[in-house]
Amino acid sequence: MLKKIVNRILVSIPVLIGVVFLIFMMLNVIPGNPIEVMMKEHARADVVKRMTHYYGLDKPVLTQFFIYLKNLLHGDLGTSYKLNRSVNSLIADAFPYTLKLAIAAALVAWIIGIPAGIISAIKENTIIDRLFMGVSLLGVSMPVFWAALLFQYVFAYKLGWVPVSGADTWQSYILPSIVLGWSSAGTIARLTRSNLLEVLEEDYIRTAWAKGLSQAGVIIHHAFKNALLPVITMMAIQVASLLSGAVITETVFAIPGIGRLAVDAITDRDMPLLQGTVLFTTVLIIAGNLIADVLYSVIDPRIREN
Amino acid sequence: MNFHLKKYDPSTAFGGSQGKRDLRSSNKKAENPDEKLTAKDKKRIELAAAIGEQETAFDKFKVMCSENKLAAASLVVIIVIALMAIFAPVVAPYDPTKQDLLHRLQGMSAEHIFGTDQLGRDVFSRMVYGARVSLGIGLLPTFISLALGTVLGLISGYMGKAADFIIMRLADITMAFPSLLLAMVVMYTLGAGIINIFLALTFVSWAGTARVIRSQTLSLREMEYVEAARSMGVSRTSIMFHHILPNCLPNLIVLFTLNIPGSILSESSLSFLGIGAQSPMTSWGLMVSEGKKYLFTNPVIAIAPGVAILILALAFNFLGDGVRDIMDPYLNKQ
Repeated sequence: MLKKIVNRILVSIPVLIGVVFLIFMMLNVIPGNPIEVMMKEHARADVVKRMTHYYGLDKPVLTQFFIYLKNLLHGDLGTSYKLNRSVNSLIADAFPYTLKLAIAAALVAWIIGIPAGIISAIKENTIIDRLFMGVSLLGVSMPVFWAALLFQYVFAYKLGWVPVSGADTWQSYILPSIVLGWSSAGTIARLTRSNLLEVLEEDYIRTAWAKGLSQAGVIIHHAFKNALLPVITMMAIQVASLLSGAVITETVFAIPGIGRLAVDAITDRDMPLLQGTVLFTTVLIIAGNLIADVLYSVIDPRIREN
Repeated sequence: MNFHLKKYDPSTAFGGSQGKRDLRSSNKKAENPDEKLTAKDKKRIELAAAIGEQETAFDKFKVMCSENKLAAASLVVIIVIALMAIFAPVVAPYDPTKQDLLHRLQGMSAEHIFGTDQLGRDVFSRMVYGARVSLGIGLLPTFISLALGTVLGLISGYMGKAADFIIMRLADITMAFPSLLLAMVVMYTLGAGIINIFLALTFVSWAGTARVIRSQTLSLREMEYVEAARSMGVSRTSIMFHHILPNCLPNLIVLFTLNIPGSILSESSLSFLGIGAQSPMTSWGLMVSEGKKYLFTNPVIAIAPGVAILILALAFNFLGDGVRDIMDPYLNKQ
C-alpha cells in the first residue's frame, strides 16, 4: 500500500517538472521585452534596460528557466512586475478566499448532487428521473458567468436577499458557491445515479431483496456504500477543479481570490504573477488527483489488492 | 464491437486517475455485455438480424430521431442556429455594427426584439452574427483537436515504445492543467483574437482524445484482422488508418458531439474575460461581458446572449447523449 502511494507520488514528479517547463516556455517565448510592453511608450530607454537587467530578463531563456527552477525549489515564485510584491505573499493573501469559496461550492454540489442522484436511480426512467437529469445537464451546459449575472440580478438586486458582490461577510459567499457548485452537482448526480443503478444489478442486492429487506434497507445498507466509492474520489478531484474553476466566479463576484489574481495578471501582462498562480493551481490539481487515487485504493479493497 | 466510453466531461477531464478507473470498470462489464442492453437495443438488434443486413449509419440516425425525441429536437435547434449563422445578413434586421446613439440601451420592443446595447446596436442582430463565432468555435477547434488527438493516439497505441512514452507524457502534462487557465495562458502568449482561440482550445483538448484512441488502438491491434493485414505485409501507416481508424469512428463521433459544448463554453468564458473575441466582432460571451455593466438597468442585453449560449450547449449535450446511445448499444450508459 505504502509502496503504491510512494510510487504514485514519484510518477507525478516528471509531470510537475513538465508543467513548470511548459508554463515557463509559453510565457517566455513572447517576442519583445515584457518590461517594455508593460511600461508602454513612456519608459526611458535606460530605465527599461536597468529593469530588464534587474529581473534577469537579459539572460538566455534556458538560463532564466534554471534560475526560476532553482528559486522554485526554494519555494520562491518570484516578484510581481506590476505590484512589486512577492508572488508568494500575493497568493497567500488570495488563497483563503478561493479555498472558502471552493469548500462552500463543494458542499453545495454534494448536498444537491448525491440525494438527486439517489432519487433518480430509485425512480429510474420516471418523470422525476428525467427532470433531475435534465436539470443536471442544464447545470453542465450553463455558462458560469451568465448564471452568476442572472443570480446577481434576481437574488441580490431584485430580491435583495444577499450582497451583490464582495467577500466581506459569509452571506456574500452564498451566491458564488451556488453558481460554482451547480455544475459540479450535475456531475455528481449523474455519477451517483449511474453507479447506484449498476450496483443495484449485483447479486448481493438480489439476495438482499430476497431476504425481504425494505427498499430503504437495501439502498442504505447494501447499495449506497458501494455506489458511493467512485463518487468519493470524484469529490476529491472536484475540490481541486473547483479551486481552478473559481476564475470566472471570482471575477463576476469581485472576490479577491487566486482566479482574480490570474485574470488581473493577464490584463496587466504581469508574467511572474500569472506564472505563479497557474503553477500553484496546477499543483493543487495534481495533488487533488493524487489524493483521489490514494483514497480510491484505501476505501476499495478490490483495488488495493491489485 | 465492444468499446466503452464514459461521457467526456470538461469539468472533470483533468483526472489522470479517471482514465484508469474507466478501464477497470469497463473491463469488468465486457465479460457480460448483454446485461447492459436495454429492451430497445435488443429489439433493434433482432430487427436488424431479421432484415438480414447491417444497420447503416443513416438507419441508426433514423432510429435515434424516432426514439429520442429530445435529441431530434436538439438537432433541429442546432440546424436552425446554423442556418441563422450562415444567412446572418438576411436574418438580421439591422447591421450589427451600426451605432445609433440616440436609441441606446433600449428595452425589448417590436423594432428591437432584445433591445439595443450601449452604442445603440441592435442586440438581436448582433446575436445572429455572434452565432457564427459560437458555432464556428464549437465545431472547428473540436474537429481539429479531435483529428490531432486521433493521429497521436493511433501512433501512440500502435507504435508503442518511445513514441507512446513521449506522446502520453505530453498528454499527462497537458491534462494536469485546469483547461481554462491553460487556455488563458495560451491567449496571453498569442494575444486575443479568433484564430488564437482556435489554437488555444485545440491545444487544451487534444490530450483527452489521444488517450481514448490510444486505449482503443491497444485493444484493436491485437485483433485477428489486424494480424492478418500485418502478415500480408500491409504497411504500418495503412494498418493504422485503414484498419484501426475506421473501427474508432463510433467513438470519435460521440467524442466530437460531446466535446462541442465544452468548446462553446470555453470560448464564451475567454471572450467574457476579455481575452477572446474582440469588439467590433461579436461573440455571445463578449456580448454578455459588454452587457454586464447595464445588468441592473437593462438586463436583457446580458441575459439574451447567455440564453443563446445555454440553448446551443444544451442542444449539443442532448444530441451527444442521443448519438452515444445509438452508436453502440454496448457503450457505457451514464
